[in-house]
Order: sequence, then C-alpha cells, then structure tokens
Amino acid sequence: MKRNDKAYVAGIFEHPTRNAPDKSLVQLHAECAFGALKDAGLSATDVDGFFGGRDIPGSNVNWFIDHMNLKLRHIDSTDAGGCSPLIHVSHAVDAISSGRCNVALITLAGRPRSEQMKTGTAPRPCEPDRPDALWEVAYRPTISTAYAMMMSRHMHEYGTTLEQLAWIRVAASEHAKHNPNAMFNKPVTVDDVMRSPLVASPLRRMDCCVISDGGGAIVLVNPEIAKSLKNPLVRVIGSGHTVHGQNGGSASLTTTGASISGAIAFAEAGVTAQDFKYASIYDNFTIMVLMQLEDLGFCKKGEGGKFVADGKLISGIGPLAINTDGGGLCNNHPSNRGGITKLIEATRQLRGTAHPAVQVKDCDLALASGPGGFIGTGYAHATVVLERL
Amino acid sequence: MNHEHITLHTQALAANPAFAFFWEATKREILLLPQCHDCGKTHWYPRLFCPFCFSSNLDWRESSGDATVYAATALSKSSDPWIVAYVELSEGPLMLTNIVDCSMDDLTIGSRLKLKFSRMSSGNFLPVFRPIT
Repeated sequence: MKRNDKAYVAGIFEHPTRNAPDKSLVQLHAECAFGALKDAGLSATDVDGFFGGRDIPGSNVNWFIDHMNLKLRHIDSTDAGGCSPLIHVSHAVDAISSGRCNVALITLAGRPRSEQMKTGTAPRPCEPDRPDALWEVAYRPTISTAYAMMMSRHMHEYGTTLEQLAWIRVAASEHAKHNPNAMFNKPVTVDDVMRSPLVASPLRRMDCCVISDGGGAIVLVNPEIAKSLKNPLVRVIGSGHTVHGQNGGSASLTTTGASISGAIAFAEAGVTAQDFKYASIYDNFTIMVLMQLEDLGFCKKGEGGKFVADGKLISGIGPLAINTDGGGLCNNHPSNRGGITKLIEATRQLRGTAHPAVQVKDCDLALASGPGGFIGTGYAHATVVLERL
Repeated sequence: MNHEHITLHTQALAANPAFAFFWEATKREILLLPQCHDCGKTHWYPRLFCPFCFSSNLDWRESSGDATVYAATALSKSSDPWIVAYVELSEGPLMLTNIVDCSMDDLTIGSRLKLKFSRMSSGNFLPVFRPIT
C-alpha cells in the first residue's frame, strides 16, 4: 500500500536537564531548537515554519520567533495543552505538503520544577472568562482529583485493580533505568507503587508523572530535503486530533479522546493497533495509559488491566512496548506537557537509536498519542503515526 | 484556608453577567438547571443554549436536589481535605461539586446525596451535596 509521503521527522532533541533553576524559559526553548536543528544537519536560517504552544515565553510564538530572528513563511500557535506538539506535527505535515513551508520547527520547554509548581495537587488558576470557570473553580478541583476519579470509575466499572495499574509504573521504571537523564531511574516494584503515599484516593504518588524542567524540539521537512540529510528516514503517515469534551454533563470518565484521534490517524495511515510493536502513550497518570491503550484498540474496553499487567509493557516482554525512555512517569514531563517527549522517543525507536536494552527489534511503525488541556472531564487528544522507510 | 478559589469565582461571576440570575437563586437555596424546551435534555455546566440541539429555548427548572455519587476523591495530604466529586443529578447530567459533612470513608460510588448550599466568604452561595444518612 502506498503510504502518505508528505513530511519527514528530520531532527529531534530532548534537553538533558530535568532541573534548570539557572536557565530562563526562552533559553530552554532556544537550546532545544538548536539541538534539533543540529541533529537534522540544518541551521536556523533553513527554518521557514514555526509551531509552538502557550509554553512559549510570552505565551505567543511571536516573541520567540523574534528572539531567534527566524525568517518565516508560516507560523502556527495552536495550543491544546500537553498534546500540542502532536497537533503541531499534524499541522506541519499539512503546511509542508501544501508548500507553505519546507522546514518546520516545533519547540516545547518549561521549568515547573524550578518554579516549585504543585502541578497535580494545587487548584490551577484559570482565566475568569473560561466558560467552565464559574461552575468549577469554587469547588477546587485539581489535576490529581480529576485522574483519581477516572481511576475509581474504571476500577468500579471494569474491575481494574491498583496492582494492574502499578505495572504501568513498573514498566516505566524498568525502561528509565537505562536512561541516565531520567528524573527517576531506579526500578520499582508493584509493592513500591502500592505503598507509595496516597495523593487523592485511589491515586498514589507513583501513579503520577514527574514534575521536571526541560524541553524538546522536532524538525519536520519535505521529502526532498529529508532524503538529502543523513538521518534514517522517518515520515508522518497519519495524524488525528479532537476535543473529547464534557458533552453537556453526559461524558464518561472511562473513555478518552484516543478513540477518536487514534481512529482518524490509523485510517489515514492505513494501519491498526495490532500493527504496532512500539507506542509512546502520554503517561501523566497510570490510568490515562490504560484507558488510551483500550481506546486506541490494543485491547477491548475494560481489558486494559490485563493488557498492562505482569510487565507486558516492558520492551522485549509483551507484544507492545511503550515509553522506552521511561516516559512521563519516570523520565521527563517538561512544562507539564508530554507531547514532545512522546514524539522524540517514537522517532528514536524508528531510527534504531533507543537504548539497546529497550530498542524494539525491527521497529518500523510507531505512534505517539496523548491528551492535553484539561476541561473538567474533557480535554483535547491527538495521535500521530510515524513510519521508518 | 486559601481563599484564592473564592476570589476566582467572584471574578468569574463578574465575567459572566448573563448568569447573575442563577447565583441570585442560590441565595434562596435554589439550584436552577437548564432544560431544553425543544429536545427536553438537561445539561450541565450551564450555557445559554442547549449543547445537544443548540436551541436557545431553555427552561430554568429548580433541581430536586437528589443526586448520587458518580466519583469522589479528596487530597490526602491537605490540612483541609475537601471532597471533590462528580455527582449524577436525578435530572441526568453529571455535576462537579463538593460533598460536605462527611469523610471519604462515608462515601461509595452510588451513595445517595442531597443538595445543600454553602455560604462562601464572598457572600455567594455554592451548591454542594451531603450524604443522606
């Protein structure tokens, strides 16, 4: 089958820092941009399209583009929370294939750790004109209370157990032990996860991702440029995104936008879940991994617990390895946004440059999938399918 | 206790003058729910149109105040462990709220609840729920 041949991932860079009290936000973005361009064998003068979300200093791409002195033909400031880079990839493919740019740069960075942000446990300030604010802020929901409720509903509806969910963290830690940059690289056991402090019942500390400083960047190019560069050829063959909203108060807490974004991306790519041996699944919380795996079609709805248990997500053990960098749970979650690191590890797997201990054999197809921007029970969701030639 | 959320709520009220009537009703201990006059569905959180059929022909009906726990949790390490919950209103929709006058040990999914109003330091009244004992 002839697959889409519109745009290639030419450069990737994950900033090695996880704690950057001495760096500014713009410095992190710039270091990530230069890192990915160097990896691609390109320079900032080659960039003619830029894509960034609200983590850009000044919350708007204009400031960073001016700071970098980029001469552009195309800009995109789409923000949908943590999955924004996945949507940027989708938009970059469209921009490149329609000739609006040839070299697209996407950056993401942040320093919530240095800013001592209580990402999961402090009610988040929000704009008073956000349409749900009037009905929600007074109740002080937090990110962790939202995911705790998803977890308890999944356990209630499908019999999913804390032990099954703990295996997701165990797999992440088994991968992170091979990543010297990972924030937590000591392997943990199911018991360790079960005994970790309760954050919001039934959610435990080790069900939650790290709060780290850092960032990453990706460069996408047109097919002609990709073939003139030295990196292995990795192209984007499918993408989809949506907002999985609250549906007027009738949304389920146990389904995710992956059922929509994944289906769109898989249809465009001409693949099914069973074709993948590797997937980057945004792991802000263990429950979100389990629900996305179900909704992407790796197993039936409600059977995620069995699918993730007993180490089956560890590279080399089950049919599907996920987040071989250690994921957000153990490696990195810069700017409280998981999108860029998911794309980077998927690309490493396709290039064959993941750590040898976690490299999936003959990995020629990978996906990156994740949520972004919490809206009560809702959020955006995006999926990208990548292929190595 | 941190009052930031009450300040935010007051700011949100100022940003949404069209819903002043809703919050005035809470001062009389009435929770108004928007039911679509055309398709009959009740939605939450409130809009000025029906998010199912997009009609702006809404009837604002007084809630029965009956609900059940859909999901509930509380931050463990907080000195003020408020219970955050989604409750299923007897009128249909899920509502984000707080459950008061109890601890998490008193609640399970499906527990029956009754509406009450909590007076905030801003003087506004917040619809919350308590378990039926």
